[in-house]
Amino acid sequence: MHSRFTRRHARRGRRGQRAAALALTVVSAMALAACGGGDDDGGSSGGKITLKVATYGDFGYTDAMFAQYEKDHPGIKVETSVAASSEDARTNMLTKLAAGSGLADVEAVEISWVAQLRQYAELFQPVEDDDYGDWVGYQKDPVTLDDDTLFGYGVATGPEAMCYRADLLEQAGMPSDPDSVAAMVGDWDSFFAAGEQYAAGGGKAWFDSAYMIYNAQVEQLEYPYENADDEIVAASDPEVETVFRDTLAVAPTQSAHLEPFSEDWAAATANGGFAVMACPSWMLGVIEGNASEVTTWKIANAFPGGGGNVGGSFLVVPKQSNHAKEAAELASWLTAPAQQIEAFKNAGPFPSRVDALDDPALADITNAYFGDAPVGTTFADRTEAIDTVMYKGPHYLAIDAAIYGAITRVESGQQSVDDSWDQFVDEVKGIE
Amino acid sequence: VTSDLGRDDARSDRRPARPAPLTNPSAGQGPPLTRGNGGLEPRATPYLFVLPFFVVFAIVGLFPLLYTGWVSVHDWNLILGKGGFVGLGNFREILNDRLFWIALRNSLSIFVIAVVPQIVVALAIAAALDRNLRRATLWRMGVLLPFVVMPVAVALIFGSMFGDQYGLVNQLLGKIGLGPIGWHSDVLASHVAIATMVDYRWTGYTALILLAGMQAIPRDYYEAATMDGANPVRQFFYITLPSLRATLIFVIITATIGGLQIFDEPRLYDNRGLGGSDGQWLTLTLYLYNSGWTNLDFGRAAATAWLLFLLIAVLAVINLGITSLVAGRESGRAARLRRSRLTRDKKADS
Repeated sequence: MHSRFTRRHARRGRRGQRAAALALTVVSAMALAACGGGDDDGGSSGGKITLKVATYGDFGYTDAMFAQYEKDHPGIKVETSVAASSEDARTNMLTKLAAGSGLADVEAVEISWVAQLRQYAELFQPVEDDDYGDWVGYQKDPVTLDDDTLFGYGVATGPEAMCYRADLLEQAGMPSDPDSVAAMVGDWDSFFAAGEQYAAGGGKAWFDSAYMIYNAQVEQLEYPYENADDEIVAASDPEVETVFRDTLAVAPTQSAHLEPFSEDWAAATANGGFAVMACPSWMLGVIEGNASEVTTWKIANAFPGGGGNVGGSFLVVPKQSNHAKEAAELASWLTAPAQQIEAFKNAGPFPSRVDALDDPALADITNAYFGDAPVGTTFADRTEAIDTVMYKGPHYLAIDAAIYGAITRVESGQQSVDDSWDQFVDEVKGIE
Repeated sequence: VTSDLGRDDARSDRRPARPAPLTNPSAGQGPPLTRGNGGLEPRATPYLFVLPFFVVFAIVGLFPLLYTGWVSVHDWNLILGKGGFVGLGNFREILNDRLFWIALRNSLSIFVIAVVPQIVVALAIAAALDRNLRRATLWRMGVLLPFVVMPVAVALIFGSMFGDQYGLVNQLLGKIGLGPIGWHSDVLASHVAIATMVDYRWTGYTALILLAGMQAIPRDYYEAATMDGANPVRQFFYITLPSLRATLIFVIITATIGGLQIFDEPRLYDNRGLGGSDGQWLTLTLYLYNSGWTNLDFGRAAATAWLLFLLIAVLAVINLGITSLVAGRESGRAARLRRSRLTRDKKADS
C-alpha cells in the first residue's frame, strides 16, 4: 500500500526494523567489500545456491518457514533482509535497477509504486509455472501486462474493516458490540452521522485523520487519479473533489487532525485520542503495537460503502538474478495459499490467492488482542464485499503526495478548503 | 588577577614552547625531506607527497562532478538512462519551479538557524574546555558523544519531542501557559526543530575543532595581556578570536557545506519524508532526491546538484569574506606581534 502505511508499522516494531535496516546496511557494505575479490559465482558455493529475499516492514515471514523450504529443497539456502519501509525498498529497487546489479533474487514491491516498475517490466522474470491457483482480480491487475503475462507474484491485500474503541463509544452513550457498530457504519453518510452522535455524546474526535478517511473513500473509486491511459484526471474528477470537500467539512468536529503513522498518531491510538479507525487487515498489528495496554479495541465486520482495499504487495524476480529459476520457484511458494495464511496469522497482510479464501485454516484464525475476534472470516467477508478498487498508475505517488499535503494544510489550519484545493489543482498540473 | 596569572603560569610550564602550527610557515619544505635525495629535484618532492590525494580526488571527486554535469544537460531517466540532449532545459525547468525557490529559502534558513548558534555555543564550550579542567579528556570526549549517535536515532527522538499534540516540547510549553507550536505546520518552527537536531549532533564536533585551534595559541600572549591588565573577556576577543581565524574559516566553510546538504533530518522529520504539506521544510537535497527518485528524472536531479554546488561555492566565498572581517584583526596587531616573534626566534636559532 502507500508508503506511509507500510512505512512504519507498530511503534515498537519500527525501531527494531530500523535497527535491522542499519545492521543490514553494515552487512551489505561488508558483502560489497567482499565482492571486490572477483567472486562472481552469484552466491552459489559448494553446489549450494543461496537465494536472497528482500522485503520491508513485516510480511509475516518467519525463519521457520524458510527452514521448511530449505528442508524441502536440498541445495537451496535462503537469506533474508528487511528494509524499514516500503519507501526505502523503492529507493533501493530503483537505484539498483539503474545500476543493473545488486538486487536480491526475490524483491518485495508495494502497490503504490508497482506501476512505476510496470514500465520496466522487461527487467523482471515473467510468472511461469505457478501452481498455486489464481489471485483475486485487484491483486493480479497491477502486475498484468498487455499480453496477459504477469511480472510479479501477489503477496497480500488489505481489505478494510472498521476498528473502534468499545469503551469510548459506551462513554458517549453509543452501542459498542460489533454488530451494532457494523450497522452504524454501513455507508459513509451513516458513518459521519455516527461521528456527529459521538461528538454530541461528549466524545472527542471520531476518527484519526481526515486523510485516512478521505483515502478510504477514494480507494473505492475506479479511476479517481489517472484514467486507463494513465492520463491524470485527479483535479478534474468531480468525485475526488466531492470526497475531499465532504471529508474536510466534517473534519473540524470529527477528526483528531493527526498525521497518520506519526508519533502523535501512535500515542493517540493508546490514549483515546479518537474512537474509530479504518482498518485494513494489516492495521491490526499496528494498533496492537501502538496500544498494547489497551484492551478495548474491537473490530466490526463492516465498512462504509461495502468493501474497500487499502494496500497490497508483490514479489518480483529481477532478471539480474543469477538463479532466476530457483528464485521464481521460491517466490511462487511464498505466495502459495498455505504461506499466505501463515503470514496473515503472523502479521496481518491478507491472503490474495482465491483458494486461500475458502481454506478452513483461514476461517479458524482469531485475534486475541481484539477480543478473540474471528479475523479470518471477518476479512474474508470484507474481501467478498469489495467491488471497486482504485487504479494506480505511474503518477499515483506524486498525486497522492499532493492530496496528502492539501488535506494536511486544512487540518493544521494553514489554509481554507478552497485555497488548499486550488493549490492542489495547480500542483497536479505540474506533475509530468 | 593574581590567581589568573598563577594558573596561566602553571599552564605554560606544563606545555613549554609548544610550536604553534599556525605560525610555522616553513613546515613541509624543511631540509629533512630533501636531505640525501641526490639527483631528484628537491622542489618536486613535496608535490610528489601530495600527488596521491589529487589522484584520488580526480577519481572520486572531479569525475563524478563532471559526469553529473554531463547528465544535467540531458533528458535522463533514472532507469532507462540517457535520452536526448536538452542543453540548459533542466536548469530552466528548475528555476521556473516554485518548489525550488521554497527549497532554496528553507535550506538557507535552516542553515543560518543551525550554524550561527552552533558556532557561538561551540566557541563557548571550547573556551571552557581550554581551561585547566580535571579529567580534561573525559569532558572533551563527552562533548563528542552526541556526534556518535546515529542521525536516524536523533531524528526519531527529536521527532517524538517535537510532536504537535503529544510531544514533550509542546507539553512543557503548555505547563508554563504557552500555546502549542505547530512544529510540523509552521515554517519557522519546523526550521528551528530541524536546526536543533543538526546542532545536537554537530556542536560538540565543532567545539573540539575550535579547541584544537585554541590550544595552538601561544600562552605567552595571554600572559602578556594579563600583565597589561586585560580581563578574560577582552583576551577572548583580542587574542583568542583573531588567532582562531584559520580554524574558524575551516569550521564555517565545512558548516556551510554540511548545512546546505542537510538531508537525514528533514527527510525523517515526518513519515512522508517529502518536506511537509506545503514544502515547509523541503530542503534542496530533498528536492534533488524527489526529482531523482520519486519522479525518476535523473537529469533534473543532476542539474539541481550543480545548482547546489554553485550555491555552496558562492556562499563559501561570502563566508570567507565575513570571517576575515570578524576575525580580521589578525592582520593587525596580533600578526605583527607574531611576525616579530618569529624573526626573533629565527635569529636566535641561527
